[in-house]
Amino acid sequence: MSGILVVLEQFEGRVRRVGLEACATAVRLRHGSVSALAFGAGADAVAEAVGALGVEQLLVLPDAPFDRYSSDAFAHAVAEVVRQVEPSLVLFGATAFGKDLAPRVSGLLKAGLASDVTGIESDGDDVAIVRPVYAGKAFQRVRIVGTPKLVSLRPNVQPVGVGEGPAALVSRPAVEVGAPRAVVTGTERNDETVELTEASRIVSGGRGMKASENFRLLDRLAAVLGAAVGSSRPVADEGWVPHSYHVGQTGKVVSPDLYVAVGISGAIQHVAGISNSKCIVAINNDPDAPIFKVANYGIVGDLFQVVPALTAALKAHLDAS
Amino acid sequence: MHRAGCDGTVGVVAPRTKEAREGLAAMKIAVLVKQVPDTATHIQLAADGSAINTAGIKWVLNPYDEFAIEEALKLRDQHTGEVVLVSFGPARVEEAIRQGLAMGADRAIWVSDDGVADVDYLGRAQILVAALSQEADWDLVLVGKQAVDDDAAQTGPLVAALLDWPQAMVVLGLTVDAVGRRITATRELEGATQTVELPMPAVLGAQRGLNVPRYPTLPNIMKAKRKEVRQTSAAALGLDAAELAADCRVVVEGYQLPPPRPEPKVLTGDPAEAAATLVKLLHSEAQII
Repeated sequence: MSGILVVLEQFEGRVRRVGLEACATAVRLRHGSVSALAFGAGADAVAEAVGALGVEQLLVLPDAPFDRYSSDAFAHAVAEVVRQVEPSLVLFGATAFGKDLAPRVSGLLKAGLASDVTGIESDGDDVAIVRPVYAGKAFQRVRIVGTPKLVSLRPNVQPVGVGEGPAALVSRPAVEVGAPRAVVTGTERNDETVELTEASRIVSGGRGMKASENFRLLDRLAAVLGAAVGSSRPVADEGWVPHSYHVGQTGKVVSPDLYVAVGISGAIQHVAGISNSKCIVAINNDPDAPIFKVANYGIVGDLFQVVPALTAALKAHLDAS
Repeated sequence: MHRAGCDGTVGVVAPRTKEAREGLAAMKIAVLVKQVPDTATHIQLAADGSAINTAGIKWVLNPYDEFAIEEALKLRDQHTGEVVLVSFGPARVEEAIRQGLAMGADRAIWVSDDGVADVDYLGRAQILVAALSQEADWDLVLVGKQAVDDDAAQTGPLVAALLDWPQAMVVLGLTVDAVGRRITATRELEGATQTVELPMPAVLGAQRGLNVPRYPTLPNIMKAKRKEVRQTSAAALGLDAAELAADCRVVVEGYQLPPPRPEPKVLTGDPAEAAATLVKLLHSEAQII
């Protein structure tokens, strides 16, 4: 067994970014040839994007039943492709798709899975893996025994870079699965919001925002930065924002380049969920707020004055550059 | 209909048929629960870094499991039937089990970890499936979408794969047709929600937002003390501890704490000036804008 198989999530010919991160990681690990597997309509169209990063072969299953996600049918298909390709390592993205699919494949193949991995390095024929536990309050060093080894990668952690490789060679594996049982019958996309777990910039509000309508201030700041908007747990529990905004140990664990915490005191569960951010900015009127202990930069002041001022200053800076 | 064998099943649990229940739509629901450190815990490591230091930790029912239990209770109250908690772990997990019973679950099966050394996710799933397989007629297995200790989010799909049942994870909304034996689940994706239809029996993973878990009332806490918690072990379930250990695929070599964050630069004074200084720092020093 050798080589790496990357299981991609694609929609209308566009690979979800973590899939590209997984391809770049697979090439970087130098464990033999890299293949990728894509499902559904438009699967062939990703050959250039993954080929550029060094993926040699693209296996596609574009037709029914793979035109609609089914955890059972897709897991059988991945297991079958693994039997044919015989990779030593299989990479997934730790998105809703990969988190649903990878453990099911693990159960079918009786192969070990390390999920939501933030660190992966070659160690001879083996891989040394690091993954966060307790929402990032600690990290585990993990090894997977036997092959294939299954790994799902946390989005926004592994670099992609720019590649100039030729398009991957496209082929269709022969895969037979029974009738899918759990079948997706509809997908409703939210507005043009950036997803928190994949966002490179996040602006988050806490109790200091005082009321739901004041999140408009953060929307404006986020619009200037091209950021996603999040929240602390109490304001999501209050219903000021949807539950999907909640950043923290029992909400979204995020890893952006820039995290701006506005009116958030910094409860341990929230801090855990943002600790993987590259740069944290805290805006709070309480100089003793625990959030300042984890921040790279802070402004002590009234957020209702600071946020509009920061929005204006950022807009001026970005317009000028 | 249940389609067996395809997934390389261990311990097939026969699905209850409509006929067997003489037209009644009573539901038998298992909820897999785990005891975890309270989310307020400051995680510290054992001196040699081989484990986390569990001294002084307050153990609680995994928060996502509360959503799973609440949904099971709602389904039972709507359709009649019973809710059975299933848990694996040391003696302390009984406290988490009693908490679930105090919410209203009917009884529990506790698989003690006596004689079982380190098992990985697959091993734990095999143990839970073996416990489920002691009984027939399950309609649903509910789990929390992940446990907030190892954050692996593997148990639900693993158990579904081993049982060869369909699954829906990260469920925000649920409609169960107990007579037609069909489930419609709404799942949370990145920036989208997805509707999944699946037949029963099935494994469902609960996400925050699915419901608001009830607080145990004092009378229910008292009642929970008398509810049945059947204790069993991996050996009693026919699993060999040495084999489980040998099958361990994911080996934890050690733990480390996150690197310390740098000393913060905190600005005060006029908001406009502080904002302008911050933008300069983000540009020239942090180089992220």
